[in-house]
Amino acid sequence: MATVELRFSALPEHVRTARLVAAAVARRAGVDEAVLDEVRLAVGEACTRAVGLHQTGGISAPVKVLLIEEEKQFSIEVGDEAAHAVAGAPGAGPGDPDGEADEDEMGLAVISGLVDDVEVSAGEHGGLIKMTWPTTPPPTILV
Amino acid sequence: MDLSLSTETMGDRTIVRVGGEIDVYTAPKLREQLVELVNDGSFHLVVDMEGVDFLDSTGLGVLVGGLKRVRAHEGSLRLVCNQERILKIFRITGLTKVFPIHTSVEEAVAATD
Repeated sequence: MATVELRFSALPEHVRTARLVAAAVARRAGVDEAVLDEVRLAVGEACTRAVGLHQTGGISAPVKVLLIEEEKQFSIEVGDEAAHAVAGAPGAGPGDPDGEADEDEMGLAVISGLVDDVEVSAGEHGGLIKMTWPTTPPPTILV
Repeated sequence: MDLSLSTETMGDRTIVRVGGEIDVYTAPKLREQLVELVNDGSFHLVVDMEGVDFLDSTGLGVLVGGLKRVRAHEGSLRLVCNQERILKIFRITGLTKVFPIHTSVEEAVAATD
């Protein structure tokens, strides 16, 4: 079971909230302080991508974030409900002068550059990005 | 929310000082600012990112868009950044090869290619 589960309407203003919550839970779970910036950025990228997919697809369902504390590791799953074409998807939307159609890929590039352990899966009913970081156990309490 | 922008002219350069968080919510404001400057004839921009706490790929997209716009007018877009956590994002996306990144506004203003 997820330690913390977050669902938010697919709106850009909520991505920051997801970042803050994820970083707070990661810190509590024992993710190294030096890695928290990466956690914050990676979860932001995943949520931004999900928000974009929901908005483009006119999906009213919320974006789902699961923050999972396990033994020796901490995982974040960001799920969207956009139907992903398996292969040969036509370009979405009209061309953008700022080249922002590529942002989806840039977001994934940032995630894969930042996180060593990442799984991206997608199907007809939605996609999921799962990212995992090691945690350092809390100092042993000597009795 | 959480993004501050101010501009200043130094010779033929326009300094855009950015503070706060550049993400999917705030990036459109930065884009508007850059588009407005280019439309008003400022083609040599220096984006000072020393006050930026957070930058994601949406922000990178806006900066790349800004670069494309100024280049269409033979202009330039230089960045000022010393923060390792922000520089890291440019590095992992390969954008350090695309943007000249300087350590100070003075250095960026003095730079020519």
